[in-house]
Amino acid sequence: MATVDIHPHTDVHHDDHEHDHEHHGNFWTNYIFSQDHKVIAKQFLITGIFWALLGGTLSVLFRLQLGFPDANLEWLRPVLGGWITEQGKIDTEFYLSLVTMHGTIMVFFVLTAGLSGTFSNFLIPLQVGARDMASGFMNMLSYWFFFLSSVIMFTSLFLSTGPASGGWTIYPPLSALPQAIEGSGLGMTLWLVAMALFIVSSLLGGINYITTVINMRTKGMAFTKMPLTIWAFFFTAIIGVLSFPVLFSAALLLIFDRSFGTSFFLSDIYIGGEALPNQGGSPVLFQHLFWFLGHPEVYIVLLPALGLSSEIIATNSRKPIFGYKAMVGSMLFIAILSFVVWAHHMFVTGMNPFLGSIFTLLTLIIAVPSAVKIFNYVTTLWKGNIIFTPAMLFSIGLVSFFLTGGITGIFLGNSAVDIQLHDTYFVVAHFHLVMGSASFFGMMAGVYHWFPKMFGRMMDYKLGQLHFWITFVGVYMVFFPMHYIGIAGFPRRYYSWTNFETFSGFADLNMLVSVAAILTLAAQFIFLFNFFYSIFRGKPAPANPWNSNTLEWTTPRNPQHGNWPGEIPTVYRWPYDYSKPGAKEDFIPQHIPYSETPESNLPHENELIKLEMGDGAIVVEDKKH
Amino acid sequence: MMSLIIGLGVVLVLAILYMIFRIGNLVGLVKEEKEQDLSVGNSIHGYLFMAFIIFGLALFFWYSYVHFGSYTLPVASEHGVVTDYLFWLTMVVIVVAFVIISLAMFWFIFKYRYDKNRKAEYIADNHILEIVWTIVPAIVLALLIFTGLRSWNDITGPASKEAEVIELVGQQFYWTVRYPGVKDNQLGHHNYKLIDASNEFGLDLTDKNSFDDFKAAELHLPKGKEVLLKIRAKDVLHSVFLPHFRVKMDAVPGMQTTFKFIPTKTTQEMRDETGNSKFNYEMACTEICGKGHFSMKFAVIVDEPEVYEKWKASQESWLKLNPDYMKQVPAALKEAAMINAGIENTSQAAAQATATTVSIAN
Repeated sequence: MATVDIHPHTDVHHDDHEHDHEHHGNFWTNYIFSQDHKVIAKQFLITGIFWALLGGTLSVLFRLQLGFPDANLEWLRPVLGGWITEQGKIDTEFYLSLVTMHGTIMVFFVLTAGLSGTFSNFLIPLQVGARDMASGFMNMLSYWFFFLSSVIMFTSLFLSTGPASGGWTIYPPLSALPQAIEGSGLGMTLWLVAMALFIVSSLLGGINYITTVINMRTKGMAFTKMPLTIWAFFFTAIIGVLSFPVLFSAALLLIFDRSFGTSFFLSDIYIGGEALPNQGGSPVLFQHLFWFLGHPEVYIVLLPALGLSSEIIATNSRKPIFGYKAMVGSMLFIAILSFVVWAHHMFVTGMNPFLGSIFTLLTLIIAVPSAVKIFNYVTTLWKGNIIFTPAMLFSIGLVSFFLTGGITGIFLGNSAVDIQLHDTYFVVAHFHLVMGSASFFGMMAGVYHWFPKMFGRMMDYKLGQLHFWITFVGVYMVFFPMHYIGIAGFPRRYYSWTNFETFSGFADLNMLVSVAAILTLAAQFIFLFNFFYSIFRGKPAPANPWNSNTLEWTTPRNPQHGNWPGEIPTVYRWPYDYSKPGAKEDFIPQHIPYSETPESNLPHENELIKLEMGDGAIVVEDKKH
Repeated sequence: MMSLIIGLGVVLVLAILYMIFRIGNLVGLVKEEKEQDLSVGNSIHGYLFMAFIIFGLALFFWYSYVHFGSYTLPVASEHGVVTDYLFWLTMVVIVVAFVIISLAMFWFIFKYRYDKNRKAEYIADNHILEIVWTIVPAIVLALLIFTGLRSWNDITGPASKEAEVIELVGQQFYWTVRYPGVKDNQLGHHNYKLIDASNEFGLDLTDKNSFDDFKAAELHLPKGKEVLLKIRAKDVLHSVFLPHFRVKMDAVPGMQTTFKFIPTKTTQEMRDETGNSKFNYEMACTEICGKGHFSMKFAVIVDEPEVYEKWKASQESWLKLNPDYMKQVPAALKEAAMINAGIENTSQAAAQATATTVSIAN
């Protein structure tokens, strides 16, 4: 029998990368103004972790008020100063600032920049087989615009008039009139400036992700062979590039209304004892513009998390992802539909009811691809051989939250039912589970899974599992009870409900929620310790710690700028050949040609061997010659 | 001093935890010499997930059943019965789906936990399955959508001509309510530029419909009669929320919004039904509007229609309570204004009117 021997022949495609790719820069160019996508990813990650902690702490502060309305918070005075009233309570206006900044920070700074910024940057070049992003310089700018935006947003927390406090949706006229609320003064100005810079960062990043995915895939990496992570990042970037400019325009018009006397969103206002001259504007117009980004934003937050978890669930179930094409198709469908459902946030804003009907219809259609994704996850687990790595646990948590939070969307998307539920705690429960917690768990899963590649060391396995269980149970304890509170009609963004007889109950559930929130936040310190300890003292990571198929695990333990010291590997197969019958091991990485795995090839794959020979990348020679 | 002790205590606990972690790590290093069997430590999580879902579902059903009365609000409007029905219909559908999918998922997680003697099955897709689970949710959702849209169209459709029109105005941080009065049953025009300390509504007194309009301290509604709320705001967005009537609509400065509904139970009937002799309907604000957002309460009372009419007739018109504004009424309408506003002291008002006419003439 003729044995085959493979000699990879160098192809001219990547010729100029033969030399050692390490760029020997100084500290500044290597770690601060780095153009290496891996370093930029870590910068995004660490900034994101900082924001997540801050955002979480803000939520615990307002949960203290809601869970323990009679408690004396005098002990917070050293930190919050005048925001604690003389009675030892959180100031009512500062309460709204807390809610606003919690939302802004979590949605934009943690789950958009922290999630997409980290993993799109880190994984796109590594998984498609590229030396770096299409433009390393733009990528660097993307981070530094984000940093600048972060600094401005952070500064706004220390203003004497407080940060923005009109809700993260900053609906005018509240956000336009400093007379209406103190936070709409300088705080709102800084909010708008920070968001404008944030959008610049997001666009620079997004354009880069799209270009890299389209143009810089390695040889053999057809679109149909891309891991689902890359598909998810690709769609996310497209959604972002198309929708963020609309928020930019909304912010710009709001800046004009605030500072230059225009009336885009203002009309017929009598406030502070005087009638304002503005007429003819429409506050509802702002809501349309805001949600035209705001709704796609939900998917900008969610899709990367779904992509990461698809990869992690397949790897740790040791099984191909079920319905790869259906997964890509449903993401595409979600991406398209995400642009035509925005007004379901506005059923009771006075918008034309006919529009309400259209958006009900479109909204409930988007539930179908979402359901398909859940079914695909569940069937991927079916008959797998599941290893509960911390990343896998968090991915399972994501699917669970996506299910629990997703199905309550069927109530809210139905305009007639939404009348009662709109702006109650039912909505709070819904989006915190489906978008907040699910995406946060996707991000955590990603950190645990790719930490070995990022830092060359392993995170502690058991601490990761402990972190998962406390957080998983904690998140359910925080958000599940809110469904009951919401069905009872409790409005959101209320400092206290005791003014109303109708909303006088549920002190017990509110206390439970607050206690759970504090515990959940405390559990994140387990993660922080694990993360920073492992960067320096973790066990050195093996080359492919999870026995995964994707290309990033073919790089050295600590890849330098350029990722692969030699030639970039060529891709021959899809990334989900786990537990293939006949194969020697339970995984076959993407860069292994079919000609090397005759024992496990399916009939049509044997046909492909000829193509592998034909394209010049691989020459199979008979040893007898 | 106390905080120093607490601080030291925290440091000590953290140090102990760190030591435990280090020892655990070192023991792990020693153990690693032997071949690690994933199956043992791994299985724990399978059991934990199983326990989690069984305990979680049990808690969910127990709480939902036992506390049903505390998280559901009695309904007091015609369309509210319909939307409540839709809500519970959807609830049944999604709870069934939720339980099936959750149990399947966590069962798979438990059953197919890692076993070194087993290999996962190479199943990449199954077209029939995929078509089924695309079409089934699509059909179920279509049914929910069409029932939902039918009631949405009824709720948002035009109000009948006989509907009782009431104006609600939101501002930081209270509501004002205006009734069209008993004489003409038409709300007079308003203009935000006419608002001042007394003229809260910005009532335009050149419109004769405004003469008999009155301001009410509570929102009175007639039982069994269609009510059309005309809603606006003076300063920022607010939102009218009448939880028992399943009514919610934003109040927007510069744009009038409406909501029509039929109250079905008087306050007294609701007191009898809930067994709470102090029960009162309430109106709240559900759109963030500033620091007093949580305090925008307004009392709501549903009366039998006769009682309602009597109450309406007993109210004094705004113009009567603010006779100074008679001077804004055009001369030709003064008499009508006095009749409609119910101003009896005609001589004084007439004198005032003459004075105004003279000043205008001058």
